[in-house]
Amino acid sequence: MSIFEYNGSAVVAMVGKNCFAIASDRRLGVQLQTVATDFQRVFKIHGKLYLGLSGLATDAQTLYQRLVFKHKLYQLREERDMKPETFASLVSALLYEKRFGPYFCQPIIAGLGEDNEPFICTMDCIGAKELAKDFVVSGTASESLYGACESMYKPNMEPEELFETISQALLSSVDRDCLSGWGGYVLVVTPTEVQERVLKGRMD
Amino acid sequence: MVGSMDVPAKGGFSFDLCRRNDMLEKKGLKVPGFRKTGTTIVGLVFADGVVLGADTRATEGPIVADKNCEKIHYMAPNIYCCGAGTAADTEAVTDMVSSQLQLHRYATSRESRVVTALTLLKTHLFSYQGHVSAALVLGGVDCTGPHLHTVYPHGSVDTLPFATMGSGSLAAMSVFESKYKEGLTRDEGIELVCGAIRAGIFNDLGSGSNVDVCVITKGKTEYLRNHELPNPRTYASSKGFSFVQGHTEVLSTKITPLKPKPEVTVGDAMEE
Repeated sequence: MSIFEYNGSAVVAMVGKNCFAIASDRRLGVQLQTVATDFQRVFKIHGKLYLGLSGLATDAQTLYQRLVFKHKLYQLREERDMKPETFASLVSALLYEKRFGPYFCQPIIAGLGEDNEPFICTMDCIGAKELAKDFVVSGTASESLYGACESMYKPNMEPEELFETISQALLSSVDRDCLSGWGGYVLVVTPTEVQERVLKGRMD
Repeated sequence: MVGSMDVPAKGGFSFDLCRRNDMLEKKGLKVPGFRKTGTTIVGLVFADGVVLGADTRATEGPIVADKNCEKIHYMAPNIYCCGAGTAADTEAVTDMVSSQLQLHRYATSRESRVVTALTLLKTHLFSYQGHVSAALVLGGVDCTGPHLHTVYPHGSVDTLPFATMGSGSLAAMSVFESKYKEGLTRDEGIELVCGAIRAGIFNDLGSGSNVDVCVITKGKTEYLRNHELPNPRTYASSKGFSFVQGHTEVLSTKITPLKPKPEVTVGDAMEE
């Protein structure tokens, strides 16, 4: 079994019109046994920047704590929030530092830039950035997610439609993956508000 | 978080998770594969300078992770570098040498030379004995003329009039070997590079999508991103999926308004 499949995870982010959505599943497992059904994989960095971490859960939590620590120092020094592109470079550098003994996480970064332009990107576990204009996926359900997003995605969706699309893509993909699922958690961020929703999914 | 706190690193690699990762491996958990850039990268020297070319597919095992990634990296205004191998390694090593070249330009007040970039790359790669898996095609034009080099992950270099690297290198090299001649014009050079990359895209499974080209001549560099798109997407449905609002079952909703940042009005300057 691969280290990535130890806990099981599914995270996806999509770009809409002046908004973005980031979603994850809620299962935490120890190989084939489910241990929690409300595990948090999407973390807030600041009001308009969110980080989704798939892979080994302990590394996801440690990485999140280190990144929040660095961002808080940045806020104290610069007296402002970090831009999403800058944050992506920070995560990439942090992961590449551990090139020969990596964190087993695949981060997804999603944020709104200065002019409320949505930004999403993903990386492999050693920090190779992949910027996308439409959607990014990671986790054990990533192959199904690629297929679902590729067919369901449309450019310039409004927040309501974006929510429906990302939820359907997530739920249909995790249903094809034993290690992820048990509900979903979706966050849609627009320039004026943040909508968090918990989805009802198959609990198997 | 006692003892060794998050002290700002002095740079370079940190090995503190290696022991834990070895322990996990012994327990039978396999290490994940890194994202590679399967790749076809090429370069050739023509009459006035250098043309570099690359495909745009990034793979993660058998899955295409990125259909349009950038493999031609900036090193200096007159030097560009194509990268194959582990994606994180090619990006990190080219970024690092690009910064070192900029510092060198500030120190010497001169345009960077291709051999400088070459030496910096090969000493770094050799010192990591091939573990930093970056295979590069480095090309540029400086005061001594046009140069084209290949750098292998273990640190060896070659200086060539035309070069190919990556999993599609054999397909691309066959095109170069049959059609290359000295003193090509700019358009002939671009056409030959595109032909070589197309050979890699269509015949090698690790390369695909579009062709990126970069033309470097004395005093001018043109980065032609997505110069050719021989693989358009033909299967998208024109209507697309449309889900009815409220189709997804939601257990709970929480909406938080984002407060706009308060504007700090500048007050009067303090009177001395």
